Amino acid sequence: MCDTCGCNLTPGNKHLAFKPVAKGATAVSVLKGLLAKNDDQAAHNREHFDRRGILAINLMSSPGSGKTALLEATLTAIKDEFTCAVIEGDLETENDAERIRAKGVQAHQIVTGTACHLDAHLVHDALHHMTLDGVDILFIENVGNLVCPASFDLGQHFNVTLLSVTEGDDKPAKYPVMFRAADVMLLTKTDLLAVLDDFDPDKAEAHLRNLANPAPVMRLSARKEMGMDAWLNWLREQHAAQRARVALGQSRRPAIQSDGMKFHRATV
Amino acid sequence: MHELAVAQALVEQVDAVIDQHGATQASLIRVRIGPLAGVVPELLAIAFPLAAAGSRMEHAELDFTHAPINVHCQTCGADTEAAINRLICGACGDWHTQILSGDELLLESVELETAPDVASNA
Repeated sequence: MCDTCGCNLTPGNKHLAFKPVAKGATAVSVLKGLLAKNDDQAAHNREHFDRRGILAINLMSSPGSGKTALLEATLTAIKDEFTCAVIEGDLETENDAERIRAKGVQAHQIVTGTACHLDAHLVHDALHHMTLDGVDILFIENVGNLVCPASFDLGQHFNVTLLSVTEGDDKPAKYPVMFRAADVMLLTKTDLLAVLDDFDPDKAEAHLRNLANPAPVMRLSARKEMGMDAWLNWLREQHAAQRARVALGQSRRPAIQSDGMKFHRATV
Repeated sequence: MHELAVAQALVEQVDAVIDQHGATQASLIRVRIGPLAGVVPELLAIAFPLAAAGSRMEHAELDFTHAPINVHCQTCGADTEAAINRLICGACGDWHTQILSGDELLLESVELETAPDVASNA
């Protein structure tokens, strides 16, 4: 966004820029994203990742849907292929980072205190406590929360949103902002489907499509190592794609953000 | 929730606008928040006075511009209004749509007060 040249004016918002001036006061048009500062920091983080060819993935879900268990199984499965690093976000405790370190993987714990989400500045601070050279894939495990994390760009390339089958299959309809932001939706703990009669994976997917989201849906159980291959292959493909982008001097933002921006500029 | 973080970002941005225009304070702050932005205007209105306390906008009125959700259908080409958790085409029902509006989180405009003896600026 630019303050001076007017490039943030579109045909749709141009009329807002020329408001009549009220008595004694000056009306100033700003038309700037409210989270512009966070977004600037996120862009900076993304440059950090791209410069080193790192693929950065933001994992989001409600608490207890299996983000850390998924990471444990994933890190074990790809330990001979990729060097990984993990940023953990929680309100309290170092527990999750310790679980990751037990796998022999570098992990930095962000303790947010009372904050319900990670933001780009918290992630940037964390990056300065980590060794990024040689890292292939960075996983950012966001605070377990289906509301707030969706609104903050961290500099990641992909949003991966987990929905465990012990939750309701209508979660995408209840938390549309979060699930609209998903580049991939993982249905986790699917080994439990056999004993649950109220979660329909097809319904969960239909609710996601109602959000106009074409994201792939993968069904897996990290604990029972079911369905992990599709997820691991997706990671391998995206890592190769990230290396190819970096070689061309290109980057990628989560689909919702780049798509929205492009469309707003073109037509609104 | 995270509305306080948004309110703090808003205060920082308005502060920069006040500086940029050599004004003394802001009297009206207009923001445009779409339902898909994930920010609740009512909660932001509660958080704003906390974030603005002692600043040059603590007496400013916070005004919200309504931003309805509109989608463009990539299949039939229609532009229709949509519900927050049903972003499908209102004409043909297809889910291959793109958001035209409704996900904005925008500082739209600010009304500034300048000291009487200071020359007005654009």
